[in-house]
Amino acid sequence: MKLEIEDIEHIADLARLHLTDEEKERYADQLSAVFDYISMLNEVDTTGVAETCQVTELEDVVREDVVAESDEETRKKIIAQFPDKVGNLLKVKAVFDN
Amino acid sequence: MNLNELTIKQAREGLDSGKFSSVELTQACLDRIHDHNEELNAFITVTDELALEEAKKADEMIARGEQKMLTGIPYSVKDAICTLDVRSTASAKILNNYIPPFDATVIRKIREQGAVLVGKTNCDAFGHGASNEQSMYGPVKNPHDTSKVAGGSSGGAAASVADHQCLFAIAEDTGGSIRQPAAFCGIYGIRPSYGRNSRYGIMPMASSFDTVGPMAKTAGDIAILMEVMAGVDEKDATTVADVVPVYDEEIGKLEIGNLRVGVPKEYFELEGLDEEVKNAVEAKIKALEEAGATIVPVSLPHTKYAIPVYYIAVPSEDSSNLGRIDGIRYGVQSDMEKLYDTYAHSREHGFPEEVKRRIMVGTYALSAGYYDAYYRKAQQVRTLIMQDFDTVFQDVDVLITPTSPFPAFGIGEKKDDVIAMYLADVFVSPASVAGIPGISVPAGMSKDGLPIGMQIIGPRMGESKILQVANVI
Repeated sequence: MKLEIEDIEHIADLARLHLTDEEKERYADQLSAVFDYISMLNEVDTTGVAETCQVTELEDVVREDVVAESDEETRKKIIAQFPDKVGNLLKVKAVFDN
Repeated sequence: MNLNELTIKQAREGLDSGKFSSVELTQACLDRIHDHNEELNAFITVTDELALEEAKKADEMIARGEQKMLTGIPYSVKDAICTLDVRSTASAKILNNYIPPFDATVIRKIREQGAVLVGKTNCDAFGHGASNEQSMYGPVKNPHDTSKVAGGSSGGAAASVADHQCLFAIAEDTGGSIRQPAAFCGIYGIRPSYGRNSRYGIMPMASSFDTVGPMAKTAGDIAILMEVMAGVDEKDATTVADVVPVYDEEIGKLEIGNLRVGVPKEYFELEGLDEEVKNAVEAKIKALEEAGATIVPVSLPHTKYAIPVYYIAVPSEDSSNLGRIDGIRYGVQSDMEKLYDTYAHSREHGFPEEVKRRIMVGTYALSAGYYDAYYRKAQQVRTLIMQDFDTVFQDVDVLITPTSPFPAFGIGEKKDDVIAMYLADVFVSPASVAGIPGISVPAGMSKDGLPIGMQIIGPRMGESKILQVANVI
């Protein structure tokens, strides 16, 4: 399988990841190699085999739906991590262009 | 013997009998770090001030007779694990300034015992790698030979213990990130069963594979640490409620005459398995047989599919988990005008190559039209790999394999060959895919003076059994 530069650009767009032209070329080659390697799974007959999504066999783990408030000190620490803020509010760029 | 070279058990005895203080023990570790860190690069952050403060408190606890097993013992934490008020970068520049407002559950448990944090260890960024060369803070060098890698992803953790910069390390194992570097550096490291230890506060990589476990100088120390770390946690719904065994007692209960050891042929027939590694592990198996254990040749026919399953399922979960790392709520944000560019450029500059590659692989595998061909297929083969293990564990108590096909390789040697690097995890991935426990144990040295590691794999929740066997190797 050979991934083209356009495929790489499409995936990078989905992943919100800016790539340089050099990276696009490198990843086109490397992803093609990785998916070629992975295609060996097609040798395995999986007809009727269930998918394993988790290994613990736990089911429906629930908890009480109660609000646990964080203390003032923790709140301050979380806000201190904001890259950009106005007062205690997280500041983000406009979501819509217009 | 220098204080920093002690095991946990030895240090406990010395601290409790007043032979030395935790402040002295901690200072010995800090001195060692400062002497060697420039060369080995095991630590990204060294917490001198905090460590001495915690050591002083530990000495006070001991003076009052309130000490627990880990009180006053210096340890390191992998930088992809959150530590309250201590910078946690995951070895990626996008988190260069990130200071968690909370402790991971396992760290909280260790801190409650009064253990002493000496710093945060280097790793492949977000755990993505098998050589520690995918850290944005430089590679970790192997303490046995600084031209070699320390292994990965928990290379700093392994080097910190092997070089006696601390007495134990807490790290994370998704595909082999504890066991493989433990083997390369000549120490003990366990990947517990998935669900045995809480993942809360472990920066998520592949949520259905991630585990957190200890690395130490002896199997006995690993038992002590597992006992402190294990157990159900309401903050991680995948932790299981099984009672935590008293591993420290269980470890001594091996009846070797009743032990059945499986030796899977697929692991020993692998092309590229180093002859010295093979001989060292076979010698250990022979020794077990001579001591009375029954050796059983077994087959795990789907072994070779573990790596391809891993490199579909893990990047898929990875790419999804890493979506949250976007430079908006915390971390380093690129200064761009538009929101889209802020995401795309923060991630471009903040992630190293392998992280980007996995995001790309995972995003592609999960994108429209490919889900069935890749992710679903991988999850089905995962079932077959688990069934292989279930079948052999009906007949044997543990499996023994090499941890890695070769001793530590040269820095730069595999960096540009993606598949070769992935195959470095060929013996550790299967247990990861199946969610079962494995421990890497030192099994001798190569003629070049590099450690050789042996892996003991057990059935789900079979930590006691693999610790028992590790203890007699």
